[in-house]
Amino acid sequence: MIGMPVVDRVEAARFPAFPVHGSAGASLKPEHLVGIHADPAPVGFFEVHAENYMGAGGPPHAALAAIRERWPVSLHGVCMSIGGAQPLDKGHLQRFKSLVDRYEPALVSEHLAWSTHETTYFNDLLPLPYTQATLARVAEHIEEMQEAIGRPILLENPSTYVVFKESTMGETEFLSALVQRTGCGLLLDVNNVFVSATNHGYSALEYLADFPLEHVGEIHLAGHAEQEDDEGALLLIDSHDGPVADAVWKLYEIVIGRRGPVPTLVEWDSDIPDWPVLKAEAAAAQEILDRYAASRERGAANA
Amino acid sequence: MPERVISLAKRGRGRLAYAGAFTPPLLDPEVEEPGLIAGPNGKAAKKRYNVYRNNVTVSLVKALADTFPATRRIVGEDFFRAMARIHVRQTPPTSPLLFEYGRGFADFIENFEHARTLPYLADVARIERAWLDAYHAADTGPLKPDALAAIPPEKLSQATFTAHPAARVVRSRFPAVTIFALNRQDGPVGRLETADPEDGLVTRPELEVIVRRLPPGGAAFLEGLMAGKPLGEAVVAALEDDERFVPAANIAGMLEAGAFTAVAVSEG
Repeated sequence: MIGMPVVDRVEAARFPAFPVHGSAGASLKPEHLVGIHADPAPVGFFEVHAENYMGAGGPPHAALAAIRERWPVSLHGVCMSIGGAQPLDKGHLQRFKSLVDRYEPALVSEHLAWSTHETTYFNDLLPLPYTQATLARVAEHIEEMQEAIGRPILLENPSTYVVFKESTMGETEFLSALVQRTGCGLLLDVNNVFVSATNHGYSALEYLADFPLEHVGEIHLAGHAEQEDDEGALLLIDSHDGPVADAVWKLYEIVIGRRGPVPTLVEWDSDIPDWPVLKAEAAAAQEILDRYAASRERGAANA
Repeated sequence: MPERVISLAKRGRGRLAYAGAFTPPLLDPEVEEPGLIAGPNGKAAKKRYNVYRNNVTVSLVKALADTFPATRRIVGEDFFRAMARIHVRQTPPTSPLLFEYGRGFADFIENFEHARTLPYLADVARIERAWLDAYHAADTGPLKPDALAAIPPEKLSQATFTAHPAARVVRSRFPAVTIFALNRQDGPVGRLETADPEDGLVTRPELEVIVRRLPPGGAAFLEGLMAGKPLGEAVVAALEDDERFVPAANIAGMLEAGAFTAVAVSEG
């Protein structure tokens, strides 16, 4: 029997390959669509939660396609449950792959967290112990996702409120090991660093000193809320419902000074303000990125 | 390593117990927080664990509130949240796609004793669930209004139709479509002028979801066609359901609404 000729099917890219290097972006919210399209210079890129676009069709896809035609898009997964004990959901992997194929995102990311156990989806980013056993499991999951979508992902450090007694590794050690094992990159959420450091009583600067910054492909900034723990001490909540805190801006500037410009997203998911307010937050990040890009160029020119 | 040994090795990989221990208290306030967690330096973790409890319940209640805004408006914010919280704890989502959540909510409302005085509430929720299905349904063009003109009149009764992925029929013993519409618009809720039963058709031929009231027998007619019945049989079923059923007006109505994407006539 004569075999069928093997033809490499090279499909033309459906959208322009916009760069995101050194630019600041904002969460894409449906309430901002009109403001964004009317804005001659909104932000550098937009990030969406992948799951919101996993329906078959309708207004969400029409809106995202219209955005993607003009700007780069970052695809941010919220519920792959990579940090879960059980196998990944094959159907969800397939849906994620379809979105990557459809929108050709500039960045793809997920969380070091889990949200599904057995058949229940808890709709929160739940924490996991950091041990050799969980490291092996999470590494398997990252490899499975990267294989499914055909490209490396950026893994985000979480905000956490509790620690596991069984943990034997620090979070930065755990993340560094995942990078080594899977070749994934990292999404450094500076607000999460500040929230977790406050909640667990360690130094955010020391955490950042241990963080493998050279593997960071994106940064997140967001607002947090304040509560109290059982002893009445400050407990920060990763609420994404307000402006970025001053302390987080300072940490961000330290990170950019050390790492150089990295695509930076301002997240705002609850109590969503008018578009100009969110845009101004992204512009503040862009200003810092531009300042360090310029000083790097000067440094290179003087060398 | 031979394949069988690999698969055995994979199956034998250590069971990780943290998820099974962490989750039971999330949706059950009676269950104590898990013992495997702590605050820093062995501090207590009750309030800390409650952050997760709160995130899970509040975010899922919000998901229902977003899907059922008319239902929420009818009963008020506090009543809705209390009712939704019970449903969330009894029937949490099984899919990470939150726009799929709430398929059991209308049945839950129907049996919720505190909502007995609002017997139409469950049907309003059914329309809202159908509305969200239509919103996310696949994009495809509806049948052209003149599509039936090409079919010879003697074959028309054998014509079968393919339902548009967005099309949904919701039947009610109450004026559920009118109540839904009154509570989905931005202005003040107007007076309910009818007590008649209403069946609704939800469609999305383009990007906008449209909810219509169906004429007498229209729901039985469309349900027949959607189930694959030939046109003639669907007309008979509709007339059995309601003798006031008017075939021509209903056929024109379903084409205008964009309820179907294709028509076929079997040979012979």
